Amino acid sequence: MSAIPVQQVGRTLYIHILRHNPCDPLSEAHLQTFELEEADAMTLFIALNEIRENHDPSLQFDFVCRAGICGSCGMIINGRPGLACRTLTKDLPDNITLAPLPAFELIGDLSVNTGKWMRGMSEQLETWVHSQGLENADIDSLEQTMEPELAEQLYELERCIECGCCIAACGTALMREDFIGAVGLNQITRFQLDPRDQRSDAQFYQLVGDDSGVFGCMTLLGCEDMCPKQLPLATQIAFLRRRMAMV
Amino acid sequence: MQIIYTDVLVIGGGLAGQRAAIGAKRRGQEVIVLSLVPAKRSHSSAAQGGMQASLGNCLGGSGDNEDIHFTDTVRGSDWGADQDVVRMFTHTAPKAIRELAAWGVPWNRVQRGDRQITVNGEKQTITEKDEAHGLITSRNFGGTQKWRACYVADGTGHAMLYTMSNQAIAANIPVHERMEAIALIHQDGRCCGAIVRNLMTGELLAYVAKATCIATGGFGRIYRVSTNAIINEGMGAAIALETGIATLGNMEAIQFHPTGIFPAGILVTEGCRGDGGLLLDGSQHRFMPDYEPEKAELASRDVVSRRMEEHITAGHAAQSRFGEHLWLDIRLLGAQHINTKLREVKEICQYFLGVDPAHDLIPVRPAQHYSMGGVRTNHRGESPQLRGLFSAGESACWDMHGFNRLGGNSVAETVVAGMIVGESMADFCDSADGALNISTSLVEHFGKQQQQQLGIIADPAGNESAFALMKQMQETMTANVGIFRDEPRLQEAVTTLQDLQRRSRNIRLRSSAAGANPELVAAYRVQRMLKLAQCVAYGALQRNESRGAHFRADYPQRNDLDWMRRTLASWPDAEADLPTLNYEDLDIMRMEIPPGWRGYGARDYIDHPDTARRQQQIDTLLGELGPADRYQQQEAVMPFKQLLPEHLRGTNQRLGDEE
Repeated sequence: MSAIPVQQVGRTLYIHILRHNPCDPLSEAHLQTFELEEADAMTLFIALNEIRENHDPSLQFDFVCRAGICGSCGMIINGRPGLACRTLTKDLPDNITLAPLPAFELIGDLSVNTGKWMRGMSEQLETWVHSQGLENADIDSLEQTMEPELAEQLYELERCIECGCCIAACGTALMREDFIGAVGLNQITRFQLDPRDQRSDAQFYQLVGDDSGVFGCMTLLGCEDMCPKQLPLATQIAFLRRRMAMV
Repeated sequence: MQIIYTDVLVIGGGLAGQRAAIGAKRRGQEVIVLSLVPAKRSHSSAAQGGMQASLGNCLGGSGDNEDIHFTDTVRGSDWGADQDVVRMFTHTAPKAIRELAAWGVPWNRVQRGDRQITVNGEKQTITEKDEAHGLITSRNFGGTQKWRACYVADGTGHAMLYTMSNQAIAANIPVHERMEAIALIHQDGRCCGAIVRNLMTGELLAYVAKATCIATGGFGRIYRVSTNAIINEGMGAAIALETGIATLGNMEAIQFHPTGIFPAGILVTEGCRGDGGLLLDGSQHRFMPDYEPEKAELASRDVVSRRMEEHITAGHAAQSRFGEHLWLDIRLLGAQHINTKLREVKEICQYFLGVDPAHDLIPVRPAQHYSMGGVRTNHRGESPQLRGLFSAGESACWDMHGFNRLGGNSVAETVVAGMIVGESMADFCDSADGALNISTSLVEHFGKQQQQQLGIIADPAGNESAFALMKQMQETMTANVGIFRDEPRLQEAVTTLQDLQRRSRNIRLRSSAAGANPELVAAYRVQRMLKLAQCVAYGALQRNESRGAHFRADYPQRNDLDWMRRTLASWPDAEADLPTLNYEDLDIMRMEIPPGWRGYGARDYIDHPDTARRQQQIDTLLGELGPADRYQQQEAVMPFKQLLPEHLRGTNQRLGDEE
């Protein structure tokens, strides 16, 4: 966001939205412009709902929590991926261009199928604690202890909200459909760090030890720059690459 | 129409739905989960501060147990809760948290030695025990006697939901995302699945199931100002209501959270106050101790929210260009604490308010937060009216919250209910009752009915806007069915909602877009939400007493004499403009704790003669029992273990238990 304008009350916003409805055989991708009067503390969540209610009720987009927590509303905002719900229009110029996140299946307009992609990633990387006897775990007795700092480190990596911004910002992901991206690699480091997960490095290597995994990363680091949760993705990928190279 | 067959259909992919799905799947049932959104985006992920479970590991929690958690929850409910269910819950909560710990949730842990805490605006140093080091820690929350809210920073729900979802993926449970159930299929009092709309293509399909579980969360979006996610429109409860058979319990019991950020209504956790944060007024005076000397900021949510609004009405608000509000002050907790234990709060303040809570005050005002009411079920999670229909979590009213829920009891309830209701559904499917005889023509009939209704909405004859009706409903609810209620305002709400409901039959769509068509979605949802809103408003109008979060300014006392009763709303006639209300008695003579003072809030209430009789009976029972431990005493007064699945009946071990 190079030029952040000083806020003017009652500014007119020109919101250009990349539209396409794959369910309509006649639909062709095009930019459509909506004029909107800016309101106090307006977010893109408020602006897009106003467009839907007053200008075009067919406009598709995804919001769930509208609080920056659930990761539903990733989109390209003036060329950069970000969460629309917590983007204030006052931080943007008069002209705002919105496009769906690339690399995901388009549902319509600004709505993309991140859910399908993330489920596929989870199944492929088996992003869960692998441990014997989970089904019959003793839940009456005292829980296993864990070092407090380790629990905090795990949460640090688990703050990922699977919004897809890192995938949209990733050079490799745009070239290789099967690249699991920073979101996948970060989850592997999270489970690798977790003593409850009994998988060995060799087993993790089977999951990420190739070009669709950790060796596909070109270190452009768009993922870390664009991560709305400011996760230390570059460090995690570097750490994982060194670890996997030793297997 | 495509028909998909399964043993168990779970509608809703949040914590309750997914835990119920995992339980049923482990018992050998085929399970499908439907979700409006990718499951990890469900509203469970927005729970911030903690999950109540009486582990008692940290110093503030030491001495805690099921009995104290039970007492806190019953008092919190203002004696509206089903005490059997509360017992089942408080007994199972420690197991739920330990299960999640084994599955991967990175619960914050006790650090041995000295640490600084903030109590009553003062710094204190406490020393955590060596033997507790590394066990799950907990923080203070409102309306509790112990520090019982176990947490993962302030992303507790997020961490729990990710672990739960990942375990569901590991169990190979299919989640059909962006699918919305718009009607239940039923015949002769038996639920057989649902008609479902694909939110990507607009296509209708049918899911036929032996057991159907509604786990769709709350319905906060009938209000204008709500902390709820925008998907919390109550469709699960609404389609149960539309069967005309199933009932909704205590719909008038709506919780308002004290600290929604102003004006957006986004939640900042009760953990802020639990960790030592204060509420200040327009002149930066800490006002809560003036009203509530016992618990101050940490009285139950209904009490704190009422005191805040009372203080605003008395002219002590802070002013902003958006209107009147109060302040939440967490500056005294320090940057280090905020950056580690309250980081989501920090982000929310930064992005939505442009303030740093380590240095600035947070503008807050109470906002709709939770629906205590929902699909009425028994303690097994099964609808007493419609066989084969189950419900779990916020969408359900098995009734562990009564008229006010304690903070941290909701995420705990989701998992506990999932553990229990998953078993109930598996038992049901395996029993003779589980067998399903259903003709495809019945399924087609329900499908055609929905197709027809969608067709009527799309008919260009009408002149009403779905979006405009939605706004008017939300305005009416926030203005007239809020924290302070009285007959004129409730009557106005009921009349307005009747009018809106009539007008909602005349919706005109401006868009006929193929596929999802968000305008059509708004239209069929608002028709159903208006019915839920009417259940809330009409139920509130009829209940002329004050209990928990339901406060009638014209009937300010709790009235145990006339109102130890649960409201049951049904909608047998689809053309009617009001629900049918019935009431079921809560039997004081079966209670473990008969009604009394909550320990905070108002002290005057209208007594029921059974209260003294039951207390005497309990005293006699305990006297006859003689010397006994707390388990034996509890068992003598109100045995409950037989209500639980067998594998959940074991005693919970705690630090310092005698071997």
